[in-house]
Amino acid sequence: MSDSLILLTLPDLMLASMLVLALIGLSIRLGLGIGRQLAIAALRTTAQLLLVGLILESVFASSRLPLIALIMLVMLTVAAWEILARQKRKLRGWWGFGISAFSLFISSFLITALALVLVIGAEPWYLPQYAIPLLGMLLGNTMNGIALGMDRLVQTAWQQRSVIEQRLMLGQRDRDAIRDIARDAMRAGMIPIINAMAAAGIVSLPGMMTGQILAGSPPVEAVKYQILIMFLVTAGTGFGVVSVLQLIARRMFDQRERLRLDLLLR
Amino acid sequence: MLKLEDLKIADVEAVSLTIRPGECLGLCGDSGSGKTRLLRAIADMDEHEGQVYADEIAQCDVSGHEWRRRVSLLPAESLWWFDRIGEHFEVQDRQLRQLGFDADVLDWQVSRCSSGEKQRLAVLRLLAHSPRVLLLDEPSANLDNGNAARVEALIRDYLDTRNAMAIWVSHDPAQLERVAASSYRVADGRLQALAP
Repeated sequence: MSDSLILLTLPDLMLASMLVLALIGLSIRLGLGIGRQLAIAALRTTAQLLLVGLILESVFASSRLPLIALIMLVMLTVAAWEILARQKRKLRGWWGFGISAFSLFISSFLITALALVLVIGAEPWYLPQYAIPLLGMLLGNTMNGIALGMDRLVQTAWQQRSVIEQRLMLGQRDRDAIRDIARDAMRAGMIPIINAMAAAGIVSLPGMMTGQILAGSPPVEAVKYQILIMFLVTAGTGFGVVSVLQLIARRMFDQRERLRLDLLLR
Repeated sequence: MLKLEDLKIADVEAVSLTIRPGECLGLCGDSGSGKTRLLRAIADMDEHEGQVYADEIAQCDVSGHEWRRRVSLLPAESLWWFDRIGEHFEVQDRQLRQLGFDADVLDWQVSRCSSGEKQRLAVLRLLAHSPRVLLLDEPSANLDNGNAARVEALIRDYLDTRNAMAIWVSHDPAQLERVAASSYRVADGRLQALAP
């Protein structure tokens, strides 16, 4: 933190909240019907972020590995649940959760660990000031990519199940019969992060970099971190989506290479 | 030789029968009697009991896709997954002409084709990978008489030249009499031989 950091005070936040209140008032007046949702969401974001701020302060102060691991585990579990909650067609049993959590783990967790040890090199490597925000960025983005890719794969396979079966009837391998659909799903999962990289700096200033600049970092330093994050997030999303698509596509067929969506979906 | 040994699907008695090389077996019966499910079981597309052999190769001894390359099913409704016909399979001009198409049909958009055209092209797509056994689920249901006759002749030709085998499902007894050496009716959960 540099000397130029301007601390926000309660009145500052109150002023910003007045804008939201004004919007709620407008919604009520014009009968737009989003006032209630807005109010609940604004209260939730305030409460959740304050709570997390308090927790992070105590975690940062203690730096104990078990506590950090516990927080990361909670983050992973919630992210895996969120992926399932975004699915139009619900997966059967614990498979969906297991596949999501496993894919989040091998992408977000391993890449975060890699970045912490090899790139950032904090001492100790799990220093929570770096580890938790970094994991949060990776999990959040990977979660989006996986949720989109998984939804696309399962939805398309469901809609085109007769086409898949017809390809099987002609003697295609199961992985060949699902290949075009899996490719589409991969693209669906990767488009947000590819867009973010392509538009970064021109159309939009990425949120993390903006935050760092507002908090007083020199722009070039903020940019370097943002580039690091972009690459990590891209790799994490990519590996996460590939993993989920492979695992789900495999679960769609039985050993005799029959399409068995009944085993996968509720 | 195609051999079914106690092939069992729901609501139909276990089926045992043999089809010799070059032969075609006819199958008719009301909708829902189990004809399509029987074909799907032979192609190993559904779970079933009993065993199927094609040229001494047991269904369970090869992988699903290897079996279905030998024993291929032509469903009643043909579906396509690429934009153009030609992206789906390779075919000789001779076979195209036999079904009344020119070579430029391979450049056609699938969305431009009528259901009858798609059905005839699906027959060519089925033959393109040279299966030993053809499981034909009403292959000429959407076709006028002229085109149905072309399909019948093409299949007959294929079976004769390759010594291949077929099971032909049709609602038309006259057609079965033309294409099949022997025919069965699926009714009341049993296969009943039709008088030749």
